Amino acid sequence: MGGTRGGFLVSVIARCQELAQLIAEADPPPLTIMEVCGTHSHEIARYGLAQLLPDQVRLISGPGCPVCVTADADLDAIVQIAQQGAIIATFGDMVRVPGPRGSLADARAAGADVRVLYSPMQSLEVARQNPDREVVLLGIGFETTAPSIAVTISDAAGEDLKSFSVHCAHKLIPPAMAALVVDPECRIDAFLCPGHVSTIIGTQAYDFLAEDYGIACAVAGFGPSDIMEAIYAIVGQIKGATSYVHNAYTRAVQVLGNTVAQAQMAAVFEVADAEWRGLGTIPASGLRIGDEYTVFDARNRYELEPPIERDPGPCICGDVLQGKALPTDCPAFGSACTPQSPIGPCMVSSEGSCAAVFKYQRQQG
Amino acid sequence: MNTGKNSETINLGHGSGGAMMQELIAQELLPALPGQSPQALEDAATISIAADRLAFTTDSFTVQPLVFPGGDIGTLAVHGTINDLAMRGATPRFLSLGLIIEEGLALALLRQIIKSIGAAAREADVNIVTGDTKVVGHGSADGIFINTAGIGECGAHVPSVTAAQPGDKALVSGTLGDHGIAVMVAREALEISADLRSDTAALHTLVAAMLEASGEAVHTLRDLTRGGLAAALNEIAASSGVGVLAEATAIPMRPEVGSACEILGLSPYAVANEGKLLAMVDAAAADEVLQAMQSHPLGRDACVIGEVISESPGMVQLQTPIGTRRVLELPAGELLPRIC
Repeated sequence: MGGTRGGFLVSVIARCQELAQLIAEADPPPLTIMEVCGTHSHEIARYGLAQLLPDQVRLISGPGCPVCVTADADLDAIVQIAQQGAIIATFGDMVRVPGPRGSLADARAAGADVRVLYSPMQSLEVARQNPDREVVLLGIGFETTAPSIAVTISDAAGEDLKSFSVHCAHKLIPPAMAALVVDPECRIDAFLCPGHVSTIIGTQAYDFLAEDYGIACAVAGFGPSDIMEAIYAIVGQIKGATSYVHNAYTRAVQVLGNTVAQAQMAAVFEVADAEWRGLGTIPASGLRIGDEYTVFDARNRYELEPPIERDPGPCICGDVLQGKALPTDCPAFGSACTPQSPIGPCMVSSEGSCAAVFKYQRQQG
Repeated sequence: MNTGKNSETINLGHGSGGAMMQELIAQELLPALPGQSPQALEDAATISIAADRLAFTTDSFTVQPLVFPGGDIGTLAVHGTINDLAMRGATPRFLSLGLIIEEGLALALLRQIIKSIGAAAREADVNIVTGDTKVVGHGSADGIFINTAGIGECGAHVPSVTAAQPGDKALVSGTLGDHGIAVMVAREALEISADLRSDTAALHTLVAAMLEASGEAVHTLRDLTRGGLAAALNEIAASSGVGVLAEATAIPMRPEVGSACEILGLSPYAVANEGKLLAMVDAAAADEVLQAMQSHPLGRDACVIGEVISESPGMVQLQTPIGTRRVLELPAGELLPRIC
């Protein structure tokens, strides 16, 4: 097979098994590790990595799926804007998220114009091709996506594309991690820090968690052996009764991060309080469009009905996002709430922890 | 009177039932299609068939873009219905062709699609014996919709989605995901510099070779269209009341398809194919069937990807490259790329 099995380097497979052995031999105390990033949740489930870990090492999913933490108020606004006739330009996984007035998919079925993008820049092309229509790009995501949305906004300004605007609901990861660890109910011993986000913000962004709160941290890449390396580093910190930010993704992540991308964000956005589904409003945890680009802020362009308050019903997405409950603890999981007909966003996005558990681990649930 | 005769696009007049429609059918459709005879304009075709058991199926086709690397909606419409017949072990004989054309479709594009339909039918040795053409207003269809129904002659053995048995080997006829990724890359104009082509093909001669090699050992056949391998395995597991264990490292996939799936955040197991099949074959005959597949041009990359088990009936499990197991779910719905 020439060094690969099913597209995987044999060395990667061997390293996973070796790390599983090393972690087991380290015999750590009971330990709860939260993976903050939705892509990590997805990959952990996809490769069944929990099966390689001793029983006392527990992995829980955090608030790192951008779709899952988008607040009802934003979902409601987006659907209203679509219903008012603007072209909504969005990444695909927002389309099926059910908001108080239904999802974008529902709005599309009723005649709204919803375009799925692969790059935010495509939204400018949509705007150029439809000069008589309003185009609203959804700014959803963390530090990973925010720079590309920032560049899109500054390009729109350069072209003076007046029909273009952004509904900005970007969020920042470290303030959410801080909110989780100060919660008295928090039982998190360690963070598996996100990979993509860390390429932008650097390992320094998590130093305060290790130094001020004593939380072991390791930044991980996305391959199965990358994740296992980071878990092994966390186990080492716990065994040594120490905490710092270990970088297990050195091929992409630096201490200071990507300063160019940070500057692009700072040029367009300002840090603001943000509402997270399940976590409530967290101070200084989001981005809003700064004064210089305020004409591109969709929040200033549309007269919207006040958001509809809704009863979450049996859905416990909020607790799941905070690591206080497992998806399988939810009475709706797998019965009333499935990927085909999701109640909460954690079941919609491929990165959502409920979807990951449903898709890959149903029998263990 | 402006009949639109000289216009190079389809308009509502072409679906009027009058002279324009007759001209369209006589000049553009009939000459391009195999199996035409003086009865082509009758209200119904009459056919003569020897077999005492027939297979009968219908399928409707919509795709964007209408033309993509490796084929177009016309090739799909012929291959798709032939393949549905072939999965019951039937020899395809007759097709119907229903066209719903959106006003404004370029005549040149229609000609190209009809030409593809004719070529695909001729190559597969099936006749298109009856048809219908409608034109709908702008905005009422996505360029063109095509429906084909097909009749085939069954052989002595009729594979069934309910007939998989514990111990059967699961065989696929080649690399997975080529069609879905090629169409998505073409549709979204993604700048992925790889030679991605649809695998669209008529599979009935491959099936004939498999059945000749093994007779009744081929318990189940399924073409891997929408929902891909994941949907087909789950449908078989549910319909046959068995479990399936597939091995990720055994599933053949072109590296560029795997990479595109990673970039787009899609599961390669849920991506559509239009020229691949899955077979559940009695283990004792699996080698012979595999050899027969590999000797056929459409089965060169065929391989065993797993087996049918009695445990966990209705469930499909995937052995991952690192030796763990996970559930391979029935895909939920529309394939949507994710944010990160």
